[in-house]
Amino acid sequence: MAELAASRRPVTSLAGTARRRRREALVRAIFFAAALVSIVISAFIIYTLVFRAVEYLTIIDFGQLIADGWFPRRGQFDILTLLIGSAMVAVIAMLIATPVGLGAAVYLSEYASLRSRRWIKPILEILAGVPSVVLGFFALTFINPEIIQTVFADATGFNLLAAGVGVGILTIPLVASISEDAMRAVPNALREASYGLGARRITTSLRVVFPAAISGIVAALIIGLSRAIGETMIVAIAAGGVGGSLRTLDPLGPGQTLTAAMAAIASGSDQVRGDDGAYESLFFLGLVLFVLTFGLNIIGDAFVRRTRQRY
Amino acid sequence: MSLGSVMETRTIVGRSLRSAGPDWRGIAFQGLLLLALLFALATLAVLVIDIVSRGFPVIADRGGDFFSSNLSSRASSAGIWQGIYGSMLIAIFVAVFAIPIGVMTAIYLEEYAPDNRPTRFITVNIRNLAGVPSVVYGLLGLAVFVPLTQAIGGGTGRSILSASITLACLVLPIVIITSSEALRAVPGALREAGYGVGASRWQVTRGLVLPAAIPGILTGMILSISRALGESAPLIVIGASYTFFSTGQQDAVAQLFGSFTALPVIVFGWSSRPEADFRALTAATIIALLAVTLAANTIAIYLRNRLELKW
Amino acid sequence: MVTEPGSGSDMMNQIADPPFVDESPGSARDGAGTRDGLPPAQVAVPSMSAAGQTETTPNAEPAPEPVIVFRDLNFYYGTFRAVKDINIPIQPRKITALIGPSGCGKSTLLRTINRMNDLIPGIRTEGEVLYHGENLYARDVDPVEVRRRIGMVFQKPNPFPKSIYDNVAFGPRVNGYKGNMDELVESSLRRAVIWDEVKDKLKQSGLALSGGQQQRLCIARAIATSPDVILMDEPCSALDPRSTLQIEELMDELKQNYTIIIVTHNMQQAARASDYTVFLNMGDDRAGFVVEQNATIEIFTNPRDQMTEDYVSGRFG
Repeated sequence: MAELAASRRPVTSLAGTARRRRREALVRAIFFAAALVSIVISAFIIYTLVFRAVEYLTIIDFGQLIADGWFPRRGQFDILTLLIGSAMVAVIAMLIATPVGLGAAVYLSEYASLRSRRWIKPILEILAGVPSVVLGFFALTFINPEIIQTVFADATGFNLLAAGVGVGILTIPLVASISEDAMRAVPNALREASYGLGARRITTSLRVVFPAAISGIVAALIIGLSRAIGETMIVAIAAGGVGGSLRTLDPLGPGQTLTAAMAAIASGSDQVRGDDGAYESLFFLGLVLFVLTFGLNIIGDAFVRRTRQRY
Repeated sequence: MSLGSVMETRTIVGRSLRSAGPDWRGIAFQGLLLLALLFALATLAVLVIDIVSRGFPVIADRGGDFFSSNLSSRASSAGIWQGIYGSMLIAIFVAVFAIPIGVMTAIYLEEYAPDNRPTRFITVNIRNLAGVPSVVYGLLGLAVFVPLTQAIGGGTGRSILSASITLACLVLPIVIITSSEALRAVPGALREAGYGVGASRWQVTRGLVLPAAIPGILTGMILSISRALGESAPLIVIGASYTFFSTGQQDAVAQLFGSFTALPVIVFGWSSRPEADFRALTAATIIALLAVTLAANTIAIYLRNRLELKW
Repeated sequence: MVTEPGSGSDMMNQIADPPFVDESPGSARDGAGTRDGLPPAQVAVPSMSAAGQTETTPNAEPAPEPVIVFRDLNFYYGTFRAVKDINIPIQPRKITALIGPSGCGKSTLLRTINRMNDLIPGIRTEGEVLYHGENLYARDVDPVEVRRRIGMVFQKPNPFPKSIYDNVAFGPRVNGYKGNMDELVESSLRRAVIWDEVKDKLKQSGLALSGGQQQRLCIARAIATSPDVILMDEPCSALDPRSTLQIEELMDELKQNYTIIIVTHNMQQAARASDYTVFLNMGDDRAGFVVEQNATIEIFTNPRDQMTEDYVSGRFG
C-alpha cells in the first residue's frame, strides 16, 4: 500500500495558490454583479416613474386633475375617479377574500386531517395559478350574467361588482396561504394548554390560535389588499370604462381603476406621445399605484416579521 | 359511605362526563369553515367546467386548425398559432434572462454575502420587487426595454424581446426567493464536511450545495415560467397585438423585433368581442393556456412535495 | 463567513498545484521526518508541564517537535471569550484527548486548529496556533490550505449525499489530485478499516451505510487528502458501543501515521484510547482554560490539580 505523503508542498506554503484565490474572487464578483441586477431594476422603475410623472405634471394644468371624470383623451384626468374605483374593487374583493381565505386557513390549520390537507392545499395552489385574464373572462361571462344580474336586475353588462368578485377570487389563495402559515407557526404547546383546560376546538381556534397568529393574519390581509389594488386584467375585462369613466360610487355600473386605466391608455389607438398628456398620464398613474402598493407591502412585511420574531 | 351514595356519585360523575348533548356551536362553526373552503374549491370547479363547456366545442369542431391559424377578425378562421408561438418564445427568453441571474443572486445571498446592511438592503429590495404590480413592470418595459430593442433591431421596439426582458424582470424576484429557500434548506453539516476536506467556498457550493438544492431550484424555475406565461398586463402596456397582424415576410430573427402576441393577450383581446363565436374562441384559448400553466404548476407542486421528505 | 486572507504571499504565487507525491515507503514517516530535519523519535515519552515545555525522561533521544503548539491563544465569539491563555503542545503521531465539562470550549479549541471557526462571523483570535512552526493565523494563511493538511471528523457522521467512492474522492479532487484515484480511494478505505465492507458497493450512496460505517467512511474521507493531523470532535457520541470500540481500535492504528486530537465527553474513552490528555475547565467568566495537561496515565492516576482529580473521579462535569 503506497505511503501517502503528508503534504505535497512545503508546509510553509499555507498561502494557497494565487490561481485558486483569483478564481474564487472572480466567482464572487460575478455572483455579486448578478445580485446588483435587482437593485438596477428597482432604480430603473423608480426613476422612470418619477421622471415621467413629473413630466406629466408639468404638461397638464392642475385643474385637469380635478375634472369631472377620467377621460384621458379629452384631457380630463380626475385621479379621484380612479382612486374611488380602485378602492371599490379592492373593498369588494377583500369582502370576499377575507372570510373565505381566513375560513379556509383556520379549517386547514386547526381542523383538517393530514390526508385532507394533502389534496386541499394543492388545489388552492392551483387556484393561485389561474391567470388573471381567465378570471376576468369568467367574471364577465359567468359571474356577471349568472349571479350578479340575477340578484341585481339593474346591473349592467360591465360593472365594478363583477370585477371585484373576480379580484376577490384571485386574492383568496394569497390570504389563505399567508394566514395559514401564521397559524401553523403557533406552537402546539399553546393548543395543548388550551385543550388541556377542557376547551373545545372552536374556542381554541378562535381565542388562542387566532390571536396568537394575529400579526400574520393582518399581514395576509394587507398583502391581499395590495394585490387587489394592483390587479389589472380582471378589471380591464369586466368593469368596462375603457374610454373613460365618470366619478361613480355605484358598483352595479361600469367604472375604472388605476390599473385598468393604465391598460386602456397603453392599448389605445394613439400610443404615440402627443401633448395632450394622455401618454404621460400613464406614468403618473403608475407612480401613484406604485406608492400605494409599496406602502402597503412595507406595512405587511413589517407584520410578517413580527410573527417570525415571536417564535 | 353507604351503597346508595356511592351509586349517586357514580351517576353524577357519569352524567357530567358525558356531554350535555351535541356541541351545536362547534358544529356550526366547523360547517362555516368548511363552507368557506368549499367556496374556494367550488369556484375553481365551476370555472373549469364553464370554460371547458364553452371552449371545448371549438376544439372539437376545428381541431388542429384552431391551433395553427393566425389571428383574424372572422371567428370561423381565427386561430391562436401566433399566441402559441409567442408564448413559447416568451417562456424560452424569460428562462434565459431570469434563471441564471436569479439563481446566481440566490447563491450570492445565501453562500457569499456577509450579514451587513448592504446585503439586507438587497434582500429587502428583492422582497419589494416581488410585490410590485405587474402593470408597473409593463411601464418599465415601455420606457426602457422598448427603446432598447428598437435601438438594437429596429422596428417599433414593441417586440417579443422587450416583452420577454420585461417579464424576466417581473419573475426575477420569484426565482431568487425560491432558489434562496432551496439553498437555505441544505443542512449546514454538508457544507462543514466539505470545508473540512479543504474545499474552497466555490467548490463547496458547486460540488455539494447546488446539487442538493437543485430540486427546489427547479421547482422555483417552473413556477416562475408558469407565472410569466399567464401575465398579460405588461404585454399589453408594451404593445402586444390582439388583432390581425402578419409576420409572413420576416425571418425568425426579424420576427423577434416585430409585432407579437401571446396566449393571455389573445384572451384579453377576444374577451372584448361580444359575439358569441368569439366568446367560444376565448374559452378555447383559455383551455390551451390553462393546460400549459396548470400542467407546469402541477409538476412544480409535485416536485416540491416529493422532496419535502428528503431532509 | 470565511475571513479570507488579504494579499497572497509573494513567494508562493508562482507555485502551481502539483499532484500528490508518493514518497517512497519509510522516508516520510519516520519520526518528525525529513521535513523538519530532526532525527526520528525513539522511545521517549515526553511529559508536559502546565507551561507547555516538553521534558524528556533521561536516557532517551530528544523528543520530537510538537506538530501543533497553542501559544497564548485567546478566542472570541464577538465580545465573548470562549477560551483563554491556551498553551498546549501536541505531540506528533500520538492521540491527544481534550476533556472537560460541557461548554468549556473543547470543540471551539479543536476548531481553531483547522480554522473551521472562520465560517462563523464575528470571531477573533489573539495568540498563535503553530503548525510545524508556522502560525496558522498569520495574515496571509489561506484557511483552505490549512484544512487540506489538517482533517476533521465530526460528531454526527456527515457523509456527502454521493456514492461511497465519490465521498472519498471529493477531497482529493478539489485539491487537484492528478494521480490514480481508484488506488487512493482504496487505500483510504483500507486505512479506515472499512474497505472489506464496502469494496463491492462503492457506487452505493454513503448515506445507506450504518452509523458506525458512515463514521469510518468519514474518516476515510478525511484521510484521503493526506493530512498529517486528524481532528475528531466527539466522533463516537452518536454511535453505539460496538461501533465506538471499532473506531477506538481504528484510532490506535491510525496514530502510526497521523497525529490525532480528539474531543471527548467520555472519560473512559479518553483513558482508554489517548496518549496525552488535556483537561480544560470553565471559569466564572465562562472562558475555557487549561487546568492540566499530561500523559493520560498521569492525568487519571496521578493528577496534580485538585480540579482535575475532582473531574476524573466524577465529582462534577
